[in-house]
Amino acid sequence: MMASSYNAKEEDRHQPGATGHVGSGTMTNKMPDNTAFKQQRLPAWQPILTAGTVLPAFFVIGLLFIPIGVGLFVTSNNIKEFEIDYTGVDMSSPCYSCSQSYSWNNTKSCTCSVPFSLDQPFESNVFMYYGLSNFYQNHRRYVKSRDDSQLNGDKTSLQSPSKECEPYRSSDKPIAPCGAIANSLFNDTLELYYIDPNGSRTAIPLVKKGIAWWTDKHVKFRNPSGNNNLTVVFQGTSKPVNWRKPVFELDPSDSDNNGFINEDFIVWMRTAALPTFRKLYRIIQKKPNNMTPTLPRGEYILEVTYNYPVRSFDGRKRMILSAISWMGGKNPFLGIAYITVGSVCFCLGLVLLSIHYRYGKRNSADISS
Amino acid sequence: MLRRRLNRLFGRDERRVDSRTIYVGHRPCPATDAFIPPKFCDNRIVSSKYTVWNFLPKNLFEQFRRIANFYFLIIFLVQVIVDTPTSPVTSGLPLFFVITVTAIKQGYEDWLRHKADNEVNKYLVTVLEDGRRARKESEKIKVGDVVEVVEDETFPCDLILLQSSREDETCFVTTASLDGESNHKTHYTVPDTEKGLESLSATVECEQPQPDLYKFVGRMHIYKNDQEPAVRSLGPENLLLKGATLKNTQKIYGVAVYSGMETKMALNYQGKSQKRSVVEKSINAFLLVYLCILVSKALVCTTLKYVWQSQPGQEEPWYNQKTQKEKDANLYLNMFTDFLSFMVLFNFIIPVSMYVTVEMQKFLGSFFISWDKDFFDPEIQEGALVNTSDLNEELGQVEYVFTDKTGTLTQNSMEFIECCIDGFQYKNRDSSTELDGFCVTDGPVSMLQQKAGREEEELFLRALCLCHTVQVKESTGQEDGVGDQVDGVLGLDGEMVHPAELRGFIASSPDEVALVKGAMKYGFTFLGMESKNMRVMNRDKDVETYELLHVLNFDPVRRRMSVIVRSKCGDIMLFCKGADSSIFPRVRQEEVDRIRMHVERNATEGYRTLCVAYKLLSSEEYAQADAGLREARLALDDREAKLMAVYNQVETGMSLIGATAVEDRLQEEAAETMEALQRAGMKVWVLTGDKMETAKSTCYACRLFQRGTELLELTVRTLEDGGRRREERLHEVLLDYHKRSVQDPPPVKTRVTRSWTSAKQDYGFIIDGATLSLLFNSSPDSSHYKSLFLQICQNCTTVLCCRMAPLQKAQIVNMVKNSKGSPITLSIGDGANDVSMILEAHIGIGIKGKEGRQAVRNSDYAIPKLKHLKKLLLGHGHLYYVRIAHLVQYFFYKNLCFILPQFLYQFFCGSSQQPLYDAAYLTMYNICFTSMPILAYSLLEQHICMEVLMSNATLYRDVAKNAMLRWSPFLYWTLLGVYQGLLFFFGVRFLFSNPALQDNGQVFGNWSYGTIVFTVLVFTVTLKLAMDTRHWTWINHFVIWGSLAFYMFFSFFWGGIIWPFLRQQRLYFVFANMLRSVSAWLVIILLVLLSLLPEILLLVLRKPRWPHSRQPSEDRLLQTSRSLPSRPCPTST
Repeated sequence: MMASSYNAKEEDRHQPGATGHVGSGTMTNKMPDNTAFKQQRLPAWQPILTAGTVLPAFFVIGLLFIPIGVGLFVTSNNIKEFEIDYTGVDMSSPCYSCSQSYSWNNTKSCTCSVPFSLDQPFESNVFMYYGLSNFYQNHRRYVKSRDDSQLNGDKTSLQSPSKECEPYRSSDKPIAPCGAIANSLFNDTLELYYIDPNGSRTAIPLVKKGIAWWTDKHVKFRNPSGNNNLTVVFQGTSKPVNWRKPVFELDPSDSDNNGFINEDFIVWMRTAALPTFRKLYRIIQKKPNNMTPTLPRGEYILEVTYNYPVRSFDGRKRMILSAISWMGGKNPFLGIAYITVGSVCFCLGLVLLSIHYRYGKRNSADISS
Repeated sequence: MLRRRLNRLFGRDERRVDSRTIYVGHRPCPATDAFIPPKFCDNRIVSSKYTVWNFLPKNLFEQFRRIANFYFLIIFLVQVIVDTPTSPVTSGLPLFFVITVTAIKQGYEDWLRHKADNEVNKYLVTVLEDGRRARKESEKIKVGDVVEVVEDETFPCDLILLQSSREDETCFVTTASLDGESNHKTHYTVPDTEKGLESLSATVECEQPQPDLYKFVGRMHIYKNDQEPAVRSLGPENLLLKGATLKNTQKIYGVAVYSGMETKMALNYQGKSQKRSVVEKSINAFLLVYLCILVSKALVCTTLKYVWQSQPGQEEPWYNQKTQKEKDANLYLNMFTDFLSFMVLFNFIIPVSMYVTVEMQKFLGSFFISWDKDFFDPEIQEGALVNTSDLNEELGQVEYVFTDKTGTLTQNSMEFIECCIDGFQYKNRDSSTELDGFCVTDGPVSMLQQKAGREEEELFLRALCLCHTVQVKESTGQEDGVGDQVDGVLGLDGEMVHPAELRGFIASSPDEVALVKGAMKYGFTFLGMESKNMRVMNRDKDVETYELLHVLNFDPVRRRMSVIVRSKCGDIMLFCKGADSSIFPRVRQEEVDRIRMHVERNATEGYRTLCVAYKLLSSEEYAQADAGLREARLALDDREAKLMAVYNQVETGMSLIGATAVEDRLQEEAAETMEALQRAGMKVWVLTGDKMETAKSTCYACRLFQRGTELLELTVRTLEDGGRRREERLHEVLLDYHKRSVQDPPPVKTRVTRSWTSAKQDYGFIIDGATLSLLFNSSPDSSHYKSLFLQICQNCTTVLCCRMAPLQKAQIVNMVKNSKGSPITLSIGDGANDVSMILEAHIGIGIKGKEGRQAVRNSDYAIPKLKHLKKLLLGHGHLYYVRIAHLVQYFFYKNLCFILPQFLYQFFCGSSQQPLYDAAYLTMYNICFTSMPILAYSLLEQHICMEVLMSNATLYRDVAKNAMLRWSPFLYWTLLGVYQGLLFFFGVRFLFSNPALQDNGQVFGNWSYGTIVFTVLVFTVTLKLAMDTRHWTWINHFVIWGSLAFYMFFSFFWGGIIWPFLRQQRLYFVFANMLRSVSAWLVIILLVLLSLLPEILLLVLRKPRWPHSRQPSEDRLLQTSRSLPSRPCPTST
């Protein structure tokens, strides 16, 4: 494109319009400017990567990465994590019946209790996740099936949701929140009970706030303004087809956690990257003044209100209890990767050093002579 | 003839006949029957491409004819029509940007053209209408109008000069805007057009418009009151070309013969054919590969998608139902749209921005050539000129250099050295100290002891004074002096006219001036022309006058010119001078032997020799010749051939009176330049019209032939040795040479041996024009001979082709160009006779020499001096090649590792075309985040300093044969891209096996995944470029770090706002949250480092890139200077 125009310019010079002497080379008639830029003589730094300069880098990387890796690995290993699958695929599983008898029309919810025991106590805050497998939250049709302006409290979008929400856009009235993501909100209720050695059940307090990104909760998701009474605000909309209760009853007890700003809802709306994922469900906070662990060693019962069907697509549901460190949840990958890369760099450094020592000597002799 | 008559009788179809008839002043002529005004096109010049109405459609059509644009248009349309994963904006915006910018630019250029057209078309000119002078707009001039032009005006159309205000019925024009020659040229009025133009009744019959500026044939019938019409021949000397300017003449009248788009000037601007560079071919090949990758990716994904969907519960799980429309759609149609969607998703692998960047790089890069002050020549006050920016990188790929000799290797400023009269040598004392055994120098202008007879001497000197087309510069007021007729070409090479301002002589070729000046030294001074009389002052200070009867012009085929003059006493004499080969057969043989030795000795010394002969014509002979010449000049077709026949007939049986030797000095640094080119692995072929001995000596002087070079000669002389038929001999010689140079010797080829001065036998090959045509035209074995010839030539370091006609030069270039491996050829020349080879070669270089501007005009690059070729090729060419090669490879690489994670993601999202990156990132990646560093790199990189490149010519070999854009480097880059793409994706994939990456236990979603991959990608790709940058100017620093900073800034900004009017806020605070996660930081650092590791390793293992090819001394020097970690580039050349 540019080049063709360049030619055109050249033609211009010989245009019929060249009444006078536009002669060739008008622009070069003068002495070219003697600037560093035009003469391609800008002062420049010319790094030369040679074995001599790179070798230390290898060692530095090795020496840096190995400790970091070890640190990461140790941290990750120290993170306690407990995972239990409560899908109920096996006959023996306590949730088997719930998973079998499932139907959407069931108004009565099915509950099951899954007993488990913790061999080791959780000392600090415990984060409770639910995990789904083979659930394609990253399917394109699914990911785009939402209306962020509706979720942001936009009133017009509330009444006429984005077309992207099809086929979860409207039943008879516009659906709020619309779209496949909202429609498939994870609606199992998980409760945790500690079985005292004496046999009594103590409910473990689960904090349901602080599980969503702060910015999501406070900026991105907003209830339509105008009225504190959400029932009024959401008038004229209908609940998503698979929901049992409308959006303004997600958490009737806490107006700050109800409607679109319900944190469970917000967490669900952040679509997962991979078909096997976990999402933060509750936080079990460390007792502030108590020396006892957050979750002591012992027997527990997970009470599941089994609402969420996954068998149809061969999915799995898990409950995960995990501690969190500065690097996040338990994941040995980073530590191993760092250690590997660090030691590879170190070894390469050694190999290169020997090569440099053996063959480079001749070169340096060349140079110095 | 008959056909034309018939045509004239029937129909007057001017289009089909090969001549047109013009009625001067639109007056019907008595001789013709009914006057039907013929239709010619009007005098409007339309150089603009568009009008207001057709601009949009036409411009768009032209733009989308480029394959790349069309491809992106298709992608865009697919995005609009089909429900695709990325919005049409992602590819529409860049395309729109590119198209708009181009359209605006072309529109602006066209507007300028319109303006220029209007200026010309609306220009008021004076036209004679029925005796009255009328002002008219230029565009309204019709063919046949009589137009008045005053001094310093341009001619509005092609005119036949009828009347001039000058007394000698001439006018002067300058054709600076046509061919750049700023000298004044003389044009002549048609003889016998009366002063009264109002009553002139005449017709002009001339050929149909044709673009050759220097050719015109026609004749004029002048009707005078019922007399027999007078017929006058018209030649280029009568034709005033549109675009030329009238000088030194108050006003002229002329009749329009060609108008508007049919003028020679308009016909000449049809544009030359586009030259394409090898790099472009490589790009296209790579594109094809990537297109295949793209299609196969899309196919794989489509297949996977349907395989995956066929599993129960996967296609439409309860949580992700299809819409009714989707359910209803036809399965096969679905498959097809899915395929298209995948294509769209992965289409970024072929980036629209690459084309923009490549064009920008070429366009901007070419400025560095015209800016280079090393190319500035103080003598002509000009630097280099870049006519095309498409071939910058080709300068780094040259394998064959075809150079002209005269004016290119040599200076073309001639100096008379010696002459030889009747076998005796005359020499200027100051020009030589060595004495030939058989002649001695003596006195500044006098002769040797053994002198020829005074009569012979004077005859010879008279011949020198008369046999030329030199003019004496007119007195004051004319800065440029007077040139000669347009076709009055003389010069051994057939090179075009130009002024030589030596002692007030102006001539078409410097030889002539040198000869006239030489004669002056010996006492005979040419005083100039007075109407038709040549005045010569002889030794006795008497002025002799000779009437000039005919000039038998020089042409490169005859290689001689003659004049016929009548002396005071009525003797008619013919003087002829020309190349020995063309004179010797036409003179008596016994004279030849005396002079031949001198001629040959002079030729081996590198002088240009001319032989002078004369002949006394009897009045009958003259009458015959005169009639023949006149008849031939009037001929309308084949005038050239007819003239030639008469010339050849007249120039026979002459007697040889002497020979001259003129020195043509070598250009500055010609030898060094040639040596450097050879060391750089280029093969230099000298193509010249000069004779073998002269050319050979020039070659020795330029060190193209060395002492040890074994010369293989294939000339008419060698062929005639055996006394057999030439063809047989040719066959024999060719086979012999082939055996010697190709089969037997070099066990090591030139490419392998770095030490070019090694003991390997160098061969030089010499061939002349006649043998070459024999070689090309000998019917049955022609192709066999040709290939033999080519093989021999390819094994020779230098090939000298002498006695070449311009077309043969092009033939040679063409032959080499199309030979095996299609090597890159470069032609360099300065004269009109080099134009054909300049146009033929991949790169044409014009020298802004003394021989006019044609070579410059037709060249791709023009430089003032031959010595600049070294820097142009070894410096600029090398750098441009490295830059653009890296640019291309880098672009493919960066888009491969951009798109590969996106492809891999399809395996994890049910092949649902879910994009990994946000649309903004997809769009901006190529436009903003990664485009500037590579552009800056491709403009500023000097992986080796210019100075080092120039002093180590062998470095040029490292990039020869498109070394950086062949399949193996391409494979390396592709593998690197694949490796990094895999690393990015799976590195983050393993990190995301637990998406709880923050210290508050919150989890990351798919957009965080994409953003992490993208961040790693941007950093890796930019740092990879940073690692490849060997020349960090502040611009590089600014652009590289600036790009990264901009990426960070943009990501914050893009994710920091709830964007109004957007229904999706996917990236809201994703980037900021990512930065809050230590794990994300760690994985980014790890992956960036790991992906660059192989590159670092390679850098270390590969010995510093070039030193092995350096000479040891420089090597050491370099190493020491390089061992300092940083140093500014030395600033002196």
